[in-house]
Amino acid sequence: MEFLTSHGSDLLFYLFSAFAIAGALGVVTLRNPMYGAISLLTTFLAVAVLFLLRHAEFVGIVQIFVYGGGIMVLFLFVIMLVNLHKLPQMRLFSGQAPLAGVLGLLLALFFGYFLLQARFLGPAFSAPESFVSVNGQVLGNSQAVSWNLFTQHFIPFEIASIFLLVAMVGAVVLGRRQ
Amino acid sequence: MFEVTTNHYLVVSFLLFAIGVFGIAARKNMITVLMSIELVLNAVNINFIAFSYQLSDLTGQIFSIFTITVAAGEAAVGLGILIALFRLRETTTLSEVADLKG
Repeated sequence: MEFLTSHGSDLLFYLFSAFAIAGALGVVTLRNPMYGAISLLTTFLAVAVLFLLRHAEFVGIVQIFVYGGGIMVLFLFVIMLVNLHKLPQMRLFSGQAPLAGVLGLLLALFFGYFLLQARFLGPAFSAPESFVSVNGQVLGNSQAVSWNLFTQHFIPFEIASIFLLVAMVGAVVLGRRQ
Repeated sequence: MFEVTTNHYLVVSFLLFAIGVFGIAARKNMITVLMSIELVLNAVNINFIAFSYQLSDLTGQIFSIFTITVAAGEAAVGLGILIALFRLRETTTLSEVADLKG
């Protein structure tokens, strides 16, 4: 029991990273895109928990809202709209699947090399001061993020809103019946 | 060893990234390819959050919010293209629309 209380967040990390990787494997291996989308939802929620464990509370909740809510509904809606009637006889992987496997393996060697060289320290503190404080006043993660966003990163924020407008117009034009 | 460090997060992020890249390159169905792109963007976000905590700097969290924004726009436009393609060709299989292959 003492082990659970002292290592609870570590155990949660291992549990939910296993969920995330299992969901990702489901996305690339399941034949039916509907099952793949549900598998992707598992990954999104597990990754949100990983964010929460690193004291990124605001980003974790945004992850659940935007990915688990918006993007997932978009995917499910399109999967239902596109009637995939000849699914069973279609081959799952294209002819370049072996090449893709080699690409994944090369990526594994590349990243593994750097991961073996890099040694990062564990967490030295439970919750970083800068994650929750605004002007030296301890408020919360959402307040700290929004203060940072609206003071130091205001121009990128406005560009992101223009980007969303352009994407929305583009999606409407592309989906319009000619 | 048991304690979770930034390295653990990097390993998870890398595995998601590699699985996503494999899905993008290997699958035939365009819907699955779009979902694999979302996996890759999620892996990038995990890296941002892990290093934000490592350096105790909030900029990583801000950047991951922008990544989520771009991912949402990308999903909307990609699925719009998918709908337009399906209306034109009655298929979502990528190898059947390889007209630009020459």
